[in-house]
Amino acid sequence: MWNIITILFGSTIRSATPLIFTALGGTLSERSGVINLGLEGMMTVGAFSAVLVSYYTGSPFLGLLGAIATGAFFGWLLAFLSIHFKANQTVVGTAINILASSLTTFLLVEIWGKPGQTDNVNYFTPWGPFNMFTYLAFILVAISYFVLYKTPFGLRIRAVGEHPRAADILGVNVYRVRYTCVIISGILGAIGGAALSIGSISLFKEGMVAGKGFIALAAVIFGKWHPIGAALACLFFGFADAIQTVSMSLGINVPKEFLFALPYILTMMAVSGLVGKSVAPAADGIPYEKGEK
Amino acid sequence: MTKRNISLLLALVMVLSLLAGCSKPAEQTPAEQTPAETPAAEAPKYSFGMVTDVGGIGDKSFNDSAWAGIEKAGKELGVEPKLLQSTKQDDYTPNLGSMAQSVDLTLAVGFLFEDAMKTTADQYGDKKFGVIDTVVDKPNVMSITFKEHEGSFLVGLIAGLTTKTNTVGFVGGMDFPTIHKFEVGYIAGVKSVNPNAKVIVNYTGAFDNPDKGKEVALAQHQQGADVIFHASGSCGIGVIQAADEKGFWAIGVDQDQAKESKNNKVLCSMIKRVDTATYTVIQAYVNNTFKGGAANALELGLKDEGVGYSDGGNNVPADVAAVVEKYKAAINDGSITIPSTREELETFKPVEIK
Repeated sequence: MWNIITILFGSTIRSATPLIFTALGGTLSERSGVINLGLEGMMTVGAFSAVLVSYYTGSPFLGLLGAIATGAFFGWLLAFLSIHFKANQTVVGTAINILASSLTTFLLVEIWGKPGQTDNVNYFTPWGPFNMFTYLAFILVAISYFVLYKTPFGLRIRAVGEHPRAADILGVNVYRVRYTCVIISGILGAIGGAALSIGSISLFKEGMVAGKGFIALAAVIFGKWHPIGAALACLFFGFADAIQTVSMSLGINVPKEFLFALPYILTMMAVSGLVGKSVAPAADGIPYEKGEK
Repeated sequence: MTKRNISLLLALVMVLSLLAGCSKPAEQTPAEQTPAETPAAEAPKYSFGMVTDVGGIGDKSFNDSAWAGIEKAGKELGVEPKLLQSTKQDDYTPNLGSMAQSVDLTLAVGFLFEDAMKTTADQYGDKKFGVIDTVVDKPNVMSITFKEHEGSFLVGLIAGLTTKTNTVGFVGGMDFPTIHKFEVGYIAGVKSVNPNAKVIVNYTGAFDNPDKGKEVALAQHQQGADVIFHASGSCGIGVIQAADEKGFWAIGVDQDQAKESKNNKVLCSMIKRVDTATYTVIQAYVNNTFKGGAANALELGLKDEGVGYSDGGNNVPADVAAVVEKYKAAINDGSITIPSTREELETFKPVEIK
């Protein structure tokens, strides 16, 4: 019995790690009033660039830095289009997702000369039961909580997400706060992707993100736009995944199809509000126009 | 308001440019990569070609192996074979059709071709086709499948003799009969040499999720498994990586996977000679022994060297290899029949060979 619990525990944490980074990114972005629907794409480019840099330099640390740089760029792109040009955030986010998947598919063939997947690269081998990403994820949850709720900058973020006009009148630079948050959210999404490609395994594969970006977005809602809530939601989704991995080898007689679908069913329950009312930041998804009534 | 329009336009341009970007590789790949002209001087003119599945050439497995067999035949016959790559499943039928128009014998690998092959074989009734890993019941289609259970039995023997914890694992991809052949053969092999061993069986539900493969392997290892055989496509990359990290043995599949492991933790690999299969079809076509239809479908086993095991990492000790050879002989002379379904496994009596 004890053995089963440790297996479940380890598997839950490992499955949740990439989700936690991405969900923190989503929380931060939405708290400032921008819906980052491009998280899936940011995970994809992060996963790809981490492998790419690690492939050429042999260093997973540089790979992680590569992912961060790419994530920052894609975050900036989303910010530029949706804050500067006030584009529809859903459209821009979707465009980024399509861009990410086609760009990586294209570059994969260009660089490795074959479709499907890259060669094995150097990656973060586990320290103890988990790799570096897991520890980093939990540290970042604490930092996010601290920044959002215990610092003046966090107060500004929340103010900008709830009532940008009031914040603006009080001298907060709404655009700058939103830019910062969206770029950081791109970075966190990309780290989430890197946690998959050079953390869990050691290569990039087409479609490896497989909806994890959207599950992370569901975790943001499930966690009521709170970093700790979002992280707990990620752990819950990770647990659903772990049950699926472990139950078969324990001979628990649950239909496999149900287990494969479980994480998605839970996600749907989360977003349909079965877990209590979640209230989004008031200005979430609404572009801010200075001087508009 | 103009800003909003500009941004929408920009987003639209971005999406459109992507679509343009997507189509580029698709345009290139279906083009014939080796435009071949059979030398006019040669008396018997043969022409043949292959259509890949979405894995494509370069998958280090199925398609590469199939192509190797075709190239070998091509070299011997002085024919340059043609190749069409499929980038998506919708390409299968058109690609088979255009290949059939230009050559006499069209080969395709993978059970995903089953439906496309049925349609195309009807359309081009005067042409010949070969399909690997599935059976298509048409008079002009020669089908070749494998006795994966026999090869898996051999690696099961090795696993059963190697395990120190008396627990071994099996990681399957999708849960369907072809993969059950691997599972059942493996269990039969383990039980034959180590009747008390426990076999943990898991399916990842996919062939393309290394992350899941690794997670499943780690869970099996925590339950005591110290040898894990996978038949799960690229999920196996994760299984082998878990073996590298935790120091247990992994068993590869389809071709020798020893080089996938950094720490030489691939004990051996169960080999499936897809190249032999494609070569066999071409031989049959050249020697006029080509026979289509389900009744004439070939099933390549140990005897035909269609399946087997390989030890690219030199990890199988000589005494274990000797035991495997004895069982091989017994399978070849028919004194043992390896189960291929879960029902057959239940009635299978492990045979001990001294």
